[in-house]
Order: sequence, then C-alpha cells, then structure tokens
Amino acid sequence: MIVKVTKPVLEIHDLTVSYGKNPILWNIDFSLPHGVLAGIIGPNGAGKSSLIKAIMGLLDVNSGYVRIFDSEMNAVRKKISYVPQRESVDWDFPASALDIVMMGTYHKLGLFKRPGKKEKELAIKCLEKVNMSNFQDRQISELSGGQQQRVFIARALAQEADIYFMDEPFAGVDISTENTIVELLKKMTKDGKTVIVVHHDIHSASRYFNWIIMLNLHLVASGPTDKVLTEELLQKTFGGKLALLSDVGDLIKQKGFDPLKN
Amino acid sequence: MTFDHNAFLIIITGALIAISCGLLGTFLILRRMAMIGDAISHAVLPGIVLAFLFSQQREGIAVIIGAGVLGIIATLIIDYLSTKIKLQHDASIGVTFTWLFAIGIILITLFAGQIDLDQDCVLYGEIAYIPIDLWILPNGTIMGPRVLYVALINVILVIFFIMYLFKELKITSFDAEFASSIGISTGIINLSLMGMVSYTTVSSFEAVGAILVLALLVVPPATAYLLTSNLKRMILYTLIIGVFTSLIGYYVAYYINGSIAGAMAGVSGIFLLFAIIYSNFAKRIIIFSKA
Repeated sequence: MIVKVTKPVLEIHDLTVSYGKNPILWNIDFSLPHGVLAGIIGPNGAGKSSLIKAIMGLLDVNSGYVRIFDSEMNAVRKKISYVPQRESVDWDFPASALDIVMMGTYHKLGLFKRPGKKEKELAIKCLEKVNMSNFQDRQISELSGGQQQRVFIARALAQEADIYFMDEPFAGVDISTENTIVELLKKMTKDGKTVIVVHHDIHSASRYFNWIIMLNLHLVASGPTDKVLTEELLQKTFGGKLALLSDVGDLIKQKGFDPLKN
Repeated sequence: MTFDHNAFLIIITGALIAISCGLLGTFLILRRMAMIGDAISHAVLPGIVLAFLFSQQREGIAVIIGAGVLGIIATLIIDYLSTKIKLQHDASIGVTFTWLFAIGIILITLFAGQIDLDQDCVLYGEIAYIPIDLWILPNGTIMGPRVLYVALINVILVIFFIMYLFKELKITSFDAEFASSIGISTGIINLSLMGMVSYTTVSSFEAVGAILVLALLVVPPATAYLLTSNLKRMILYTLIIGVFTSLIGYYVAYYINGSIAGAMAGVSGIFLLFAIIYSNFAKRIIIFSKA
C-alpha cells in the first residue's frame, strides 16, 4: 500500500541502488507530504540506511531519481540535514561537543571562511535544545552513547534545515535520550519541518511516527501510520520470522493446542 | 655545545620540514591514513624519474609536478582498488605503492646512462650538505643554501593550505559522510591533501631523506595525539615537538658523530615514548582520583 501525495516535499521515483553487483534497493517509488515525522522500518539488511544515503547522493544509483522541493538534491542541499549513524565516526577524534555542533554551520560559510561568534552562539543554543549545555567543552570520547547522539542531533539543528534524514538515532541510546529526541522531533514537525528517521523497533514506531515507510529491498508500504501499520503489511515487510510465529499462532487456535497444559 | 652558522642552517631546515610534515601528518593520522604517507613517498618515484628525463633537471618545478601527479594517481588507484574492487584498504595501499615504486626502479635502470639519481640519496638524504649546496644567481650572487629556500617555500604553501582548508580538512576527517551531505567534495579535499603530501615528501627528500620525512609525517602528530584531545592544541604540540626533534636530533648526531637524519628520527621516537609514559600515567591518576 503506497499512499500517493499531492505537492510532496520528497518524491522518489523508481530508485534502484546496488552495492557491488548486488542490488540492495529495487524500484523504490514513494512521496512524502510536508511536515510529517516519518519512520523507515524494515528488517536488518532491508536497505533502510542505503535508502537515505541514496537520497542524500552518498551512494551511486543505478536508475531512478530523487526530487526534493521539486528540485535536484544539489540545488536544495542547504535545506537538507543528514544525521549519519553514530557508529560511523571515530569518537576519539580530538574535538569537543561544541566543535562538532559547529560543523552544522559549515555549509552556510562556504569555502575558506571560518565559523565566528554568530555560529558559536547558534551551536550553543542547539546544544541547549538537546539538554547538553553542560557538556559543550567536553571531549567527545568522554560522552556516553546517548550524549554523543544528542551532539549529532544538535549538529543537525544547527543546520537550520527544512528536511532532516536521521539514520538510527535511537540505536544504543538510553531511554531518557530517546524521549528527549522524540519530543524534539515532534516539536520540529509541528514547526513545519519534515523528519525522516530510520528506525528498527516496530513497537515504538506507532507511537513515534505519523507516517511509516516499510522497506525490505522493495518498498512494501508508505502512508499514514494508522493506515499502514497493519499485521498484513508488517508480515510482508519482516517476512519469514514474523510469518512463522503467526502461523504457529493460527495452528494453536485451530487445534486448541495449549503448550501450557501439555 | 657548539652553535655555528652551519648548525643553525641545518637545524632551521630540519625544523621547517618538521613543520610541513607535522601539519599534514596531523590530518593523515586523524584520517587513519598514516601509511598513505609512506605509500605516496614511494609511489612518486616514477614521476620523479619521468620528470627528470624530460626536464634534465634534478631540482626544480618539473620534478615536484611529476611527483605530485604520481601521488594523486597513487591515491586514485588505492581508492579504486579499495572502494570499487573491494580489496582491503591496507592491501590496496601495499599493492599500489610497491608496484609504482618498482616501475620507478625499472625506469632508473632503463635510463641509467641518462639519469644521475642516487637512490641512497633519496632514501637517506644528506642534511649535513645543506650549508654547502648553495643557490647562486646567474650573475654570481650567492643567495644561501638552496634547500633552505625549497623548505621555506614548502612550509609557506603548507601553512596556507592548512589555514584556508582547515574547516574542510577537519570535517572530512571526522565525518566524511556528513561532509558530503552538506556538499563538501570529500574526494577533492582528500586528493588535494595527498597532492600536498606528495609535494612535501619530494621537496624534503633530498634534504633529509625518505626515512626522516616519513618519521616527521607520523611520529610528532602521533605523539601530540596522545597528549591532547583538542585539534588546535594537537597541531601546536606537533609543531613544538617537530622543532625540538630537529634541534635535539642535530646535537645528538653531533655528539655521537652519527647520521643527522637518523638522530632526528630517533629523537622523535623518544618523544613518543615519553608521551606514552605520560598518557598512561595521567590516565592512571584520573582513574585513581575517581576511585
């Protein structure tokens, strides 16, 4: 089930991506309306991260195209923010939390220009928004996983973008960080931003997102959460394992088999 | 302790080369590319030989350009092997630089009659000859040691390079994907860094030799990395360590009457040892005070 959108902020048409010789995304075709908090869900290896990397132009695509605000990616790059997976960088890099958040202001500076007072003030404000103002001078390797993720989110905020792509922002973070980030994302979408999040937990997905994209190499579904998050589509997305479990459930119902009694 | 004109020239030249190498080496270390410096310094050999064949000059801009081009080609081959062919990154480096170095050696032997290239000189350099290798203008004016000028030009260009591209070098070293996502061309930044590394190694070879160049590219930044977790301080410490490496290395060589380049490289290793002891000691104190 793929809900078509009129006046989309993001439109992906027939996107196919491969890694080496193996295709990792097939014919992805969907669009997103303005102001949604969208979750991309699917099993491991479904191509969730690859999808947003391909949208950002970080992966070569075999076919298809991506349009954002009805333009080419490169024409609107300044309005787009990308948050890579936390594990993708070396946190022993000699930098403070503030240094990293300042990187969110670089795209506005252009070549050869250095960040100044204005950029620093913005970065400090963004650290406040993720409750990290006490850690601005802390060396990043001394931060916990949750705090590092907050620094990444603060860096994205410093970009002052209109669309945000976040790769697994809730992976390996503590529950308070997860709540802080979710509240922040909900507030951002209220303010008119569009946020797309790669997410691995189906259970929290219905609470967090008002739009769901289900992916397993192919696009399974894309639409408002209440329409899309059905058992049937989840089975289609997660395939084998869930299907097997529900088959067992059906068998138990049919035959009146109760493992607790036997 | 003696301090004469010649000592001064040698120490200053060594310090200038240490500064160029240290500035670039800092970013090589942070990109986990320390061995790329090693690879490039070998891979440039065919470029040097070809440039020499065409220009018939061992010094001069042609050799630098030849080396720079080969350095960039080496980087591209390494990138191609590791990202497109999916050979392991270290294997890609190992294959590329040995192969290019071999081509360089073959070229030297093929054109042996026409090339006055001393391989010993490339490997070990001879910093002690700096004061007698003078730059003399066509009208006979003596301008001073030629290599000192070469090192000075190199250090000025490297400082400009690092100053103007500091933010780009920093962001692509820390998070290349994010850098690409905001439209910074990580490939071009990487190639320009490798181009500067090629230029610097070749420019420094004849003065101090390959071994000291490689030591100065890696050891002072690695030492500084252990001492601080602030990038600007890491660069500052690298420069201080580099200058003292040159100064102390010279006098060590003087007293043991040994190779100056060898002594400088050896001293840089001893600085690293001190940093290891210090950083372990400091960590223990932190653990102790927290307990």
